[in-house]
Amino acid sequence: MPTLTSQANDEITPPLIIAGVDYESRLLVGTGKYRDFDQTRAAIEASGAEIVTVAIRRTNIGQQKDDPNLLDYLSPDKYTILPNTAGCYDVDSAVRTCRLARELLDGHDLVKLEVLGDRKTLYPNVLDTLKAAEILCRDGFKVMVYTTDDPLLAKRLEEIGCVAVMPLAAPIGSGLGIQNRYSIREIVETLKVPVIVDAGVGTASDASIAMELGCAAVLMNTAIAEARDPVRMARAMKHAVIGGREAFLAGRMPRRAYASASSPIDGTFFN
Amino acid sequence: MELILNGERRSLSMASTVAALVSELNLQGRFAIEVNGEIVTRSRYAERRLDAEDVIEIVRAIGGG
Repeated sequence: MPTLTSQANDEITPPLIIAGVDYESRLLVGTGKYRDFDQTRAAIEASGAEIVTVAIRRTNIGQQKDDPNLLDYLSPDKYTILPNTAGCYDVDSAVRTCRLARELLDGHDLVKLEVLGDRKTLYPNVLDTLKAAEILCRDGFKVMVYTTDDPLLAKRLEEIGCVAVMPLAAPIGSGLGIQNRYSIREIVETLKVPVIVDAGVGTASDASIAMELGCAAVLMNTAIAEARDPVRMARAMKHAVIGGREAFLAGRMPRRAYASASSPIDGTFFN
Repeated sequence: MELILNGERRSLSMASTVAALVSELNLQGRFAIEVNGEIVTRSRYAERRLDAEDVIEIVRAIGGG
């Protein structure tokens, strides 16, 4: 019996496409803040994510031999590794970080650009973000860009060639959830490239809301890593993203001011 | 020869090229190297000579969001 249903589902659940590559999962996850690499790997497996972000930092000279390496736990053969420019507060350091990452990953040129404004809010510095994005796009990078939820700026970032635009739901690591649904919705409706909510998700319902607004995907780290049980939360997020996406595709019922009975009014045996 | 390696002044006796530096530091696994702000691709490690006071960054991937 499942044939008709599954055919219909295949037709209406197209994959996430970033820079010409298909992904089945619409959940992207970070790899920071976990207890150890075993927990990192377990949580990421449970999340079903195919794209995982990493940071680029100095090696510990002299501790190389026995130092475990993140990429031994998360193989670039299995996952799409998305290096970020976290911690960069200016154009130059962000661009250098991306170039080092490309060398590190054998020419893999998909990057998550973030140029931050200040340490208290970790808000994007949108002027420098724009400048860095222009340089990186010209240099052949496929740029997934972290930005504010400003619709006009999001459009500009698409126009200069970014392959995905990633507005924040709320400040990085805050877990406050989507603070401006109107802006996110507006960005989704205006852009052609995938719009991915990045940062600020706190729990499963936040991820579902992002997807119900029509976002192509959600990127998160702290919401999973700082949960009491990260592996379970990773699983919750996987389902939340799938549920939110399905709800968006299904099209929700209209909101009404008053009740509308679900059981027929006709045929009751009482008065 | 003295180099600035990952922000620290280091005296390295045999690091005449990037390849020699990698060997002297016994670097393992995935890393990327920048000398004076410019990437040195793996294929150029042997030919890229180092001079005293060169500023070298050696990076890897770590957990991040």
